Amino acid sequence: MAKYKNYVLARSIEEAYELNQKKSSVIVAGNMWLRMCGMNKQTAVDLSLLGLDRIEKTQDGFVVGAMTTLRALETDTALNDAFGSVFARALAPIVGTQFRSTATVGGSVYSRFGFSDVSALLLALDAEVVLHQRGVVKLSEYQLEAWDRDIITHIRIPGGQRASVQSVRVSGTDIPTLVCAAAKSEKGIRIVLGARPARAVIAADGLKLVDAQNIHIIEEIAGRTAFGTNLRAGEAYRRRIAPVLMARAVKGCMECEAKEAAEDEC
Amino acid sequence: MNVEFMLNGRKVSALIEADDSLYTVLRALGMYSVKCGCETTNCGLCTVHMDGKAVLSCSVPAARCAGHEITTLEGMQDEAKLLGSCLAGEGAEQCGFCAPGMMMNVFALAKENPHATDDEIDAFLAGNLCRCSGYVSQRRAVKKYLSIKAGEVCV
Repeated sequence: MAKYKNYVLARSIEEAYELNQKKSSVIVAGNMWLRMCGMNKQTAVDLSLLGLDRIEKTQDGFVVGAMTTLRALETDTALNDAFGSVFARALAPIVGTQFRSTATVGGSVYSRFGFSDVSALLLALDAEVVLHQRGVVKLSEYQLEAWDRDIITHIRIPGGQRASVQSVRVSGTDIPTLVCAAAKSEKGIRIVLGARPARAVIAADGLKLVDAQNIHIIEEIAGRTAFGTNLRAGEAYRRRIAPVLMARAVKGCMECEAKEAAEDEC
Repeated sequence: MNVEFMLNGRKVSALIEADDSLYTVLRALGMYSVKCGCETTNCGLCTVHMDGKAVLSCSVPAARCAGHEITTLEGMQDEAKLLGSCLAGEGAEQCGFCAPGMMMNVFALAKENPHATDDEIDAFLAGNLCRCSGYVSQRRAVKKYLSIKAGEVCV
């Protein structure tokens, strides 16, 4: 279990940032995985009083506070209306409702968990990370970086996209064996593979619809992606099922788009 | 450090360590319905309500609870009696170890979705593990409880 000497409920993001510059400090978000990592820290810095738990609709999409819980993403009507309920569907298999009522989007993104359904979906949606010191960074870049001492304040999600997430799990509420997220925007189709078991990667970007629906092209993309082995599945298994999930995710985007078009006609 | 919060409608003050979990503090305050099962956020046994939402007390830092409202099964005895009779009536418990956490989550479900379908009940309670019931009888009991609450069935 994680051990702290002091627990500080930060009163401002500046205070939290200053405290977090010491290596002996750690930011506490949802505290789901952090507490299990057995670390000894002098100061735990809590962001829960900073009002970073809101989901706001903007002209370009949505701005989500870093302390927003996964359950809030799952149940937010405006967010799910805008993205064809993809957040509700993609996050529902994560452990249980009580877990999702505490786990935060900022904690998931900062930790760059390989098994994260959240990171895979946000990466497919071309999300941006707002950091207190560095400002706005593309999640696709942030995802590749090493952990630093800056603090995520918000996640920006561009609107006007249709997305779908597909995953394979050993059992219903387990972490995924493989997760695939696809999003369709005006730039084309982006496909992300996560739980490889390494960090999620963009397997394809700007793909034309005709190519995304071609299983040979999908298989070729999966063939170029690196997979690994862990206790949940072997590299060969992941490589085998990846094209299936990718094809289903693309199909899911198209179904979402068709459904919305039909509703618009009504 | 000292932390003050509302526990089952009553203001309490507790002397805590910086790394104490809410679970540890609740047990120290005599809330023995809150039990620790897995301590890895998977089993749902330590479920309590924080400001009306079901959370896992093993993962909530106690220091974060300052000024918040915490409810345990001890604070919901009337509701527990009704749900308990549904569980007993449907043979939905055997050892009863998972019951307090599951019941707290059912109360959260009843508040959020009082007319939940079978699939919605299954999805909502997916984070409450039970090794005795096989879940089918639990689902029946929860449906019965929700129906009574909605006035569709007499007790």
